[in-house]
Amino acid sequence: MTYFADVAALARKDLLLELRSRDTLPAMLLFVVSALVVFHFALPSDASATASTGLLWIALLFTALLGLARAFVAEREQRVLDGLVLAPCDRSAIWLAKALGVLAFLGIAELVALPAYHVFFAPVGWELVAALALADLGLAAVGTLLAAMAAASRARELLLPLLFLPLVIPVVVGGVGATVADDPGRYLAFLGLYDVIFVILSWASFEYVVSE
Amino acid sequence: MFLAAAAAGLLVAGLALALLWAPEDADQGFSQRIFYVHVPIALTAYACFAWGAWKALRLLWIRDARYDLESYTAVHMGVIFGVLTLVTGSIWAKISWGVWWTWSERQLVLFLVLFLFYCAYFMLRFSVESGPRRANLSAVYALFGVALIPVSFLAIRLAENFIHPVVFTRDGPQMSGSMLFVFSVCLAAMLALFASLYANELAGKRLDARLRELREALE
Repeated sequence: MTYFADVAALARKDLLLELRSRDTLPAMLLFVVSALVVFHFALPSDASATASTGLLWIALLFTALLGLARAFVAEREQRVLDGLVLAPCDRSAIWLAKALGVLAFLGIAELVALPAYHVFFAPVGWELVAALALADLGLAAVGTLLAAMAAASRARELLLPLLFLPLVIPVVVGGVGATVADDPGRYLAFLGLYDVIFVILSWASFEYVVSE
Repeated sequence: MFLAAAAAGLLVAGLALALLWAPEDADQGFSQRIFYVHVPIALTAYACFAWGAWKALRLLWIRDARYDLESYTAVHMGVIFGVLTLVTGSIWAKISWGVWWTWSERQLVLFLVLFLFYCAYFMLRFSVESGPRRANLSAVYALFGVALIPVSFLAIRLAENFIHPVVFTRDGPQMSGSMLFVFSVCLAAMLALFASLYANELAGKRLDARLRELREALE
């Protein structure tokens, strides 16, 4: 049980930090709404609702990237990560706590993005909400691990999108498919499969990313 | 040395068999013969990535630094074979379907995704100081690669309608015995080519690392 206590303490630290400094979340919210507005003008006026669905997914993907790029900034600048690695807790707890934080930010960003999308473009169905919930899990899991990798490199913010985008192509396929296809079940099952595989893989391999 | 000779011999034999001896495809005629180059290269690229991931797993498991270089070299070769797959596939698509690129070509799209993924592997490697940290990061990323291959394959299969000819089905390979023989020779040739390139490149990289150590010791 100490494992979950560690995770809760670490996640609480991240959320508290965000609550006090308001570094990341307002930027994500503003970004996702601005992106939707830009997409309205980027689409030809006779574009279908299907096209706008794709754009919603792109907007959310880049919003996630924005949040992920900030995820390890405090750890790196204040050298918190060294302390956490030395702390007597399982290293994967660090990943789990950070991923939960990212998941919370993404969820809040979507709470703003979905109504905006509903008003600006097309009605939001249950498939879209279900697909987003499943996709968020995968994005947060993979993204947190890759953000830790990018934070260890010299290129940092530059590297993260390069590592992140090829890995989340399946999420986009599954998410867009679930929203526009006649039988969303297949695509939702695929998103679930992606989550299972990559959550386990990220959880198991985080230790090697932060330790030497 | 033996490997290089075997690779050269098999390559010549495979190409000669594919061009001169293999039966002409009823549908596609002469252009179908690129099959004997394209598919073995693609399979070899998968083998490279799998080999790189296996070495990465060994590195994380046993923590022996030499696996880092072995994994890196295998991925490096995999990217080269992957690019060749994209090029030969593109040529075949142009001849068969009249376009250089089509999104309904499942294998080509998969290789494009893998190409992007493994290019990022190099970006990652070159922006981290060499040492155990870099070895760990590269190994974890290489392992994500082998998870990504089947997942992307499934994703692309879900998303598109295909025109890619399917030769290897659940009922076994759909080709005649002589075609299968030529195909096997070509596959063996490509694998031997990979093995000899791998051994060569690895020896070179090891020499490079050793030289750097000696130079640092001198300074």
